[in-house]
Amino acid sequence: MCLALPMRIVKIDGPQAVVEAAGVRLKARLEVLPEAAVGDYVLVHAGLAIARVDPQAAADTLALIRKLTHEIQ
Amino acid sequence: MKFSESFRDRDLVQGLSRRLRHLVSGPVTFMEVCGTHTLAVARFGLKHLLPPEVRLVSGPGCPVCVTAQEDLDAFLALGRLPRAVLASFGDLVRVPGSRTSLEKERARGVEVRVVYSPLEAVALARECPEKEVIFLGAGFETTMPATALALRAAAAENLLNFTVFSIHKTMPPALRALLGSGDRKLSGLLLPGHVSTITGTAAFRFIPEEFGLPCAVSGFEPLDILWGLNSLIEQIAAGRPEVANMYPRAVPAPANPRARALLEEVFVPEDARWRGLGIIPGSGAALREKYASFDARRRFAHLLAQVPPPPATVCRCGEVLRGVLSPRDCPQFGSSCHPSRPLGPCMVSSEGACAAAYRYERA
Repeated sequence: MCLALPMRIVKIDGPQAVVEAAGVRLKARLEVLPEAAVGDYVLVHAGLAIARVDPQAAADTLALIRKLTHEIQ
Repeated sequence: MKFSESFRDRDLVQGLSRRLRHLVSGPVTFMEVCGTHTLAVARFGLKHLLPPEVRLVSGPGCPVCVTAQEDLDAFLALGRLPRAVLASFGDLVRVPGSRTSLEKERARGVEVRVVYSPLEAVALARECPEKEVIFLGAGFETTMPATALALRAAAAENLLNFTVFSIHKTMPPALRALLGSGDRKLSGLLLPGHVSTITGTAAFRFIPEEFGLPCAVSGFEPLDILWGLNSLIEQIAAGRPEVANMYPRAVPAPANPRARALLEEVFVPEDARWRGLGIIPGSGAALREKYASFDARRRFAHLLAQVPPPPATVCRCGEVLRGVLSPRDCPQFGSSCHPSRPLGPCMVSSEGACAAAYRYERA
């Protein structure tokens, strides 16, 4: 039930955003993430954007995993 | 950025799998607390990628599964109210109560509406003023802000035909109770990534501090889960248990202050009954006095008081939720209990340990 997918904000109208992932568009509320902007990725759960997803942090994690897995080869 | 694809990269998954084999030095048992983790582990076949020394057990983090039979029976009884509309997330529709389920009640003519968002239930109350819309507020901290927002909207419009029957629960008190019981010897915990976006990682610091156990907050893709396990094994090797945030792309430090404030405004902790774990102090979420008019437990207290206690059941979901019984070791598993005729919620919810094992791990 805690499934929440990263979706990209394509439009914002007050507290209401339109978010998109894999061609699917949904509405999501932004009350707890008022700083979110068009183009941001957010986790959407039960109609509410609950967290921003940081692409830089994702890239850093992947780079670290890549480095550590190479070390043991 | 294709987050899902990147964190399913085959080479990196194999690489991390090799690294875990390299690092592990003895038998360990880790609990994946979250039902969404249980589902991901089964769906991606991750157990096959783990070293033989690493055992994963499922925890109490499937909200559908931990819903007490008493709560389910009580909500189902509200369908007898005149003009009632029972609104619920889809996950709960097929869960058997003691005598019936939402699905069966719907077949008998009770109006049951499946909603994706609690705000849809508010819209239903707005559009149908003659109806009595009762929303089953289920889920952990991840879901609670959405229910809080719905209550705030209903209060702003004074929609008195909207109520919430809260069975919301919070994770830290449940883990404290589970670890305190000493039921199951664990070596570390994979903590729920999406709950942590709301609670922050600090809410779980008591686990390393009081129980000396390593924790890793993890995301839900294969690499995320292996990355979390990598941290747990490294923490054991270093002898320095902590709450490591292995999901920094989504879990901020500190927690989202607006979500916290919203929860604080609407909910107040209360003791709650969990399937398998009994009553856990402070683990429930009652509605604050300010929202009393929208509280189904208060509004329909007279009817709820008449609901009989549930009879004994052969279902052993409770033991599965404590991590002491593996689904396949349950005598009912796959015989008298399967997804089309479930005895209990762990076989109904897609995130239930029994349903995941039945679907993906039947040898």
